[in-house]
Amino acid sequence: MEMNNSVNNKKKLDVRNLIEQQKRKKNIKATAEKSIPTILLLIASVSILTTIGIILTLFTETITFFKHVPFLDFFTGTVLKPLSQNPEFGVLPLLTGTLVSTAIAMLVAAPIGIMSAVYLSEYASDRVRKVLKPLLEVLAGVPTIVYGFFAFTFVTPLLKHMIPSLEATNILSPGIVMGIMIIPMIASMSEDAMSSVPNSMREGALALGATKLEVTFRVIIPAALSGIIASFVLGVSRAIGETMIVTIASGSSKNFTFDITQSMQTMTAYIVEVTGGDAPAGSTIYYSLYAVAMTLFVFTLIMNLLARYISRKFREEY
Amino acid sequence: MSYVNHSQVQKKMGPRVLMNHIAKVIFFLATIFGLIVLGALFIQVFQQGFSWINFDFLTGKLSTQPERAGIMGAILGTLWLMAVVIPVTVFLGVCTAIYLELYLKEGRFKSFIQTNIANLAGVPSVVYGILGMTVFVRTLDLGSVVLAGGLTMSLLVLPIVIVASQEAIRAVPNHLSEASYGMGATKWQTIKNIILPASLPGILTGAILSLSRAIGETAPLVVIGIPALLIPFPGGFFDRFTVLPMQIYYWTLDSSLTAEYANLAAATIIVLLSILIILNLTAILIRNKYQTRY
Repeated sequence: MEMNNSVNNKKKLDVRNLIEQQKRKKNIKATAEKSIPTILLLIASVSILTTIGIILTLFTETITFFKHVPFLDFFTGTVLKPLSQNPEFGVLPLLTGTLVSTAIAMLVAAPIGIMSAVYLSEYASDRVRKVLKPLLEVLAGVPTIVYGFFAFTFVTPLLKHMIPSLEATNILSPGIVMGIMIIPMIASMSEDAMSSVPNSMREGALALGATKLEVTFRVIIPAALSGIIASFVLGVSRAIGETMIVTIASGSSKNFTFDITQSMQTMTAYIVEVTGGDAPAGSTIYYSLYAVAMTLFVFTLIMNLLARYISRKFREEY
Repeated sequence: MSYVNHSQVQKKMGPRVLMNHIAKVIFFLATIFGLIVLGALFIQVFQQGFSWINFDFLTGKLSTQPERAGIMGAILGTLWLMAVVIPVTVFLGVCTAIYLELYLKEGRFKSFIQTNIANLAGVPSVVYGILGMTVFVRTLDLGSVVLAGGLTMSLLVLPIVIVASQEAIRAVPNHLSEASYGMGATKWQTIKNIILPASLPGILTGAILSLSRAIGETAPLVVIGIPALLIPFPGGFFDRFTVLPMQIYYWTLDSSLTAEYANLAAATIIVLLSILIILNLTAILIRNKYQTRY
């Protein structure tokens, strides 16, 4: 009897313990459930911190730079000689280099990109599209350093046969190769825009006796224009920010010129050159890096925001 | 009286149809132009580099003599870099995507974060290099080591992983999670046991694509000061290292000195492209195999 009682007591205790344990477990679970959103928010804020980090680092060091070099001298100066006895920090040579290479790239990428988009969206059969589209995507996946090698060791010698006055490093060849790199982006974004034009509009125009070409130019392209323009703007942004192709194939001469057969330096290539040369922290050259990077960042940011704005604001709803 | 002048139409029809055919050919040529260039690139790289690839090249150390140079250091460096990039980006990316898709309500704050992520994807990689150099290399004083390079690369590819994971999570149909709630599961249990497993293929695809981007990127690593000198093989997160694209970069620059360096660069490109193609094929296979339609 006594023994039985103690066993019962023990069992009771166990049950009570179990209930307590269960309660505790439940509490822990509930608090965990509540704290998970907070933890995730903290992790998600890394992306915001990255933006803040970029702006903060660029901004503070750029301000220091403008204490050494006047604002106007930087943006209107046509001479960039960071390493000479009397260093000059005009950003215009870099700006022209960047804009010229971007212009060449867009002259290649915009027409070819949009023609590819027309072919894929209007002319190609489903089977052909299924083969061509992923192949075009391979173009976008090739690392830029490989394109740089290609521009330097293949395209430049090829162009030199046609233009004998071409320098070993020049802005033309990286510009063209950059354009080729951007083609898939413009093609696929424009194709998306064209494919989303409803079939009824195509069929209406075809029923009126228009040829496919006429349908494309008078109906499809006007209807998809916002998407096409947005893809161009993003292409420009990509070309401005591209680094390795121009670093390798366009040389490091800080010429203020518009002659595309000559060597020019872009903003991105300048950043790579200066950091590669191990600029001592605290020197004016070191700070010039941030001023150039800030200019680059602002340019591409405006382009990216613009592309987003265009594709949203002027989207035709059918 | 007829509204259509048939003889006029007949006269104009021929040229219009012809124009259409010519345009079709031109559009097709434009589409394959990029592919022709791609072909030229592959042929050139193979002609220059293929004969240089052998066991010694793959397993050798860097050398000042082109005939004896190997890329083992760069391969190991790439692996170490991945050892940082994979866990960091997958963890940060998936958690951010879960928060954005499943916890955060529609509104100003959400669209602010979305815009922010879209913009980060458009920031030039060289700017990430400057961020990495300033924050990781100089401020945290890590030096140009694996950890600094890996964290910089992680931030660079993070937007890709976030967007891919978001799409994968969004693609999971509601009735799966509703069934889970119906069984009495909590939100986190539903996410952990139902939503994440169902969206795993999409997340994996995004992770692999971001990985191949990180393997091919060069600019940020040049900026944070990764060398291609004769350094010992990396063996940890705090060792100096080099990667395949850096090797290609320096050998391409040196190719104006000795033509053999161009061959070395081409051989390294073949190795790099092989790795990237294998990764991309894996991503496509995963997408095709596990893409379940509900």
